[in-house]
Amino acid sequence: MTAGRLAAANDAARPAWTETPGKAAALWHEAVRAIGVFAVDPGIGLRLAARAGPVRAATLETLRSLLPRDAPFRRMPAGIAEAALLGGLDLAASLESGQPVLERGLLAASDGGVLVAAMAERMTEEAAGLLALALDRGHVSVERDGVSRQLPTRIGIVALDEGMEPDEAPPASLCERLGLWLSLDGADPRGAPDHGLDADRIASARRHLPSVEPDEAAIETICQAAMAFGIVSLRVPHLAVRAARASAALTGRSHPSPEDVETAIRLVLLPRAVTMPQMPNADEGRDDEPANSSPDEEPAAEPPPPEPETETPRENDRNAEPPQDMTIDAAATGLPADLLASLATMTRPPLARSGAGRSGGFAKRARRGRVVGTRQGDPCRDRLDLLATLRTAAPWQAIRRAERAPGVVPRFFEMRISDIRVRRHRGKAETATIFCVDASGSAALARLAEAKGAVERILAECYVRRDRVALVAFRGTRADVLLAETKSLTRAKRSLAALPAGGGTPLASGILAALDLARSSAREGRTPLLALLTDGRANIGRNGAAGRPQAGADAKEAAKAVRAGGIAALVIDLSQRPSAEARQIAADMGATYLALPRADSRALSDAVAAAPRGGDAPRTSRP
Amino acid sequence: MFPFAAIVGQDQMKLALSIAAVDPAVGGVLVFGDRGTGKSTAVRALAAVLPDIETADCPYHCDPARPEEACDLCRSRAESKIPQKTGMVRVPVVDLPLGATEDRIAGSLDLERALSAGEKRFEPGLLAKAHRGFLYIDEINLLEDHLVDLLLDVAASGENVVEREGLSVRHPARFVLIGSGNPEEGELRPQLLDRFGLSVEVKTPQDLATRIQVVKRRDAFERDPAGFAAEYEAANAEVRDTILAARDRLNDVAVPDESLEKAAQLSIRLGTDGLRGELTLMRAARAFAALRGDSVVGWSHLAALAPLALSHRLRRDPLDEAGSATRVERAVDELAAA
Repeated sequence: MTAGRLAAANDAARPAWTETPGKAAALWHEAVRAIGVFAVDPGIGLRLAARAGPVRAATLETLRSLLPRDAPFRRMPAGIAEAALLGGLDLAASLESGQPVLERGLLAASDGGVLVAAMAERMTEEAAGLLALALDRGHVSVERDGVSRQLPTRIGIVALDEGMEPDEAPPASLCERLGLWLSLDGADPRGAPDHGLDADRIASARRHLPSVEPDEAAIETICQAAMAFGIVSLRVPHLAVRAARASAALTGRSHPSPEDVETAIRLVLLPRAVTMPQMPNADEGRDDEPANSSPDEEPAAEPPPPEPETETPRENDRNAEPPQDMTIDAAATGLPADLLASLATMTRPPLARSGAGRSGGFAKRARRGRVVGTRQGDPCRDRLDLLATLRTAAPWQAIRRAERAPGVVPRFFEMRISDIRVRRHRGKAETATIFCVDASGSAALARLAEAKGAVERILAECYVRRDRVALVAFRGTRADVLLAETKSLTRAKRSLAALPAGGGTPLASGILAALDLARSSAREGRTPLLALLTDGRANIGRNGAAGRPQAGADAKEAAKAVRAGGIAALVIDLSQRPSAEARQIAADMGATYLALPRADSRALSDAVAAAPRGGDAPRTSRP
Repeated sequence: MFPFAAIVGQDQMKLALSIAAVDPAVGGVLVFGDRGTGKSTAVRALAAVLPDIETADCPYHCDPARPEEACDLCRSRAESKIPQKTGMVRVPVVDLPLGATEDRIAGSLDLERALSAGEKRFEPGLLAKAHRGFLYIDEINLLEDHLVDLLLDVAASGENVVEREGLSVRHPARFVLIGSGNPEEGELRPQLLDRFGLSVEVKTPQDLATRIQVVKRRDAFERDPAGFAAEYEAANAEVRDTILAARDRLNDVAVPDESLEKAAQLSIRLGTDGLRGELTLMRAARAFAALRGDSVVGWSHLAALAPLALSHRLRRDPLDEAGSATRVERAVDELAAA
């Protein structure tokens, strides 16, 4: 337990930690290091990104072997109910036995141990909220018979993140509170030398932990790094300090050493980096400079402050020599109001109605929406939820039998109309507008400012309707998703304002990226609308190669895919005067074509008014 | 509990919470901003600063000093002259978890009793627990609209009414509603925004020194909660005394006609709908004057409180880059110059 003994143990282990026989083994070492830190102070939390498999199993096995033998090590399924987490009445068991059976909540049952959340990327916001609350407060409140009790929940959470797509992630409220972010990608425990960690060593590190005190420099370094990485939350640097302390405790130090701080930065801060500190050889200039709100984008941007709100840098850009890329401010356009509403009532492309193949599948599912719960209702109009109905009626049985007039034989099951529950769907009325903006040189020089204005106008409508929006931009050789689907107008506007322009026109890539978003939106039960703003002059093909003929053919293919996917679309022509290319793309997409108006918006209003409308207008009607 | 006095910066948020603690009638407080800015810490810390409250022995912890708003149980006891047992409890802070059902919030049939004894009994919900304290809702922007509506209704009326098959319950539920959220994840409907008394926008501090300070205190607290709390005990006591003194003084603070007029002018200038804005501004300014030990509400109080009381009531203009708070400050400056 003394520092001396710990140091000795560490010396024995050191060769194993420093030798790096191969990349896979090195990554495994990193994983073990994270596991060790977590085992010393599980409250830091761990987000473990890995597919199910032997490596992940080995990681969890290692973790388990490091924890005290009697500490709980519980698994939490993705679809867990609130009662199961907090504790409460076990309805199934209660009904069976005829008397109340109380269930101890998983959170309280895991006190002092570790809770492993399986498939955390599918965890509901509700469950994540409860976990966050338990982490923040260190206890959960349970009420019984008017007496409220507080049960301690000092737990360490391991969220197993199996998300494959960038937008598949555990709820943000939970991720924020989990300090260590570890990916097992490429790690391989085979052939790795012994890591030298065992339960005894962890136990003595835990005893040592309270006396580990971070010095000023350690905290300062961590805060500085967090700022440089563009990490806004202050919870994160604090978790990093905890990690540094745990790492120090592991080696018996009483203050975190620079290595401990480095470990903490690597395990806690680096995986969350939004911006990278400027590299000396950063070739991309300042194109993304006021942006950096889009994570996972190319690392550019100055380190601090993470979100410069000031106008000065942009002003400088404008006054300086014309940069290669320009950020063009939105200009007010003469777009008619209610453009979006008109678009929404537009008929879907006829193919979507045929119900053939995948497009039919999407549409059908989108119409029904995702089941998000139950409510009281009329089973003739909505789908009956039998289980929920029975569950509602069950507790009343004894009361209702007793309330029957004397002499009347109670029915076997006393059901009332108020017990009836129907399924509640989400997605019927929700619309996602996906903007696909041509930020190429040709479009930029002509009309990008006006295009931005148009998008802002439509955004304002989206705000009123509380629709979701997403933003894809294409320029140079590729298309980027600047903003995944969000309800936040703030973010949409920020991404838009920061949109740089210049370069070729990879129209096909842009359309396909937007189509991907539209499809996943439809899968979620929403109705996607695709708004493409372009001049239609494609000159970069799907593969990123220049060449007009190929680019044009690719764009045509992509446009047809939109039509085949049954996605409602609108093409706004950005060219100086209405171009045949943009019109052709619109035709291939089955989209409504509009020329972006100049000063007078009358022409456009007329165009929107003349756009074909659906009789049933499914997207705007509310249930 | 992290001491209120040890919270670094976030002055606007601390001010808004203190005002709500002095005069709950100001209405709820909405705190919008980044994650990890210590929103929920501040709420809990403030409640811990306040002195314990005396409660009757009933499920709603009624206030023995206010028989007029007692629950049915307390009333029947009072009528039959049964002596009321009282006790002291801490000011409650109730967290409303995301995904809480209406039953859970408003209260519902006690399942356990119904199943076992066939007995019909009301099981109080979170609103009952929050009576005389704070109801804190993180991520209120993700809460379903009808629930936000329910909460605002109860918060405004101070009473929760449950009418359901065979159940008819009415009980006091006076609490300060505090909602927080991150606008990047969705916005609250304007109709709901307007019904909160005060709103604050919090940002993580941008300078390194402050950030270090925050992390350092947090770490020191976690290593030795008791020792850390002891360090700030005196400062915390000062906060408590200020709030208690302000509560005592509140009814004596005068609101001259001139100030009423200024508040109205400000509201008109900003085009806020209805009278709610100026009423809240008046109330908040009065509580602020009481906190500062002033006996008359003047322009300085109004000017300081206008951003908190009015910025969330402006008609949202998606094309105006300036934030709402900036627009309010602009109007305040213009009015001062006029």
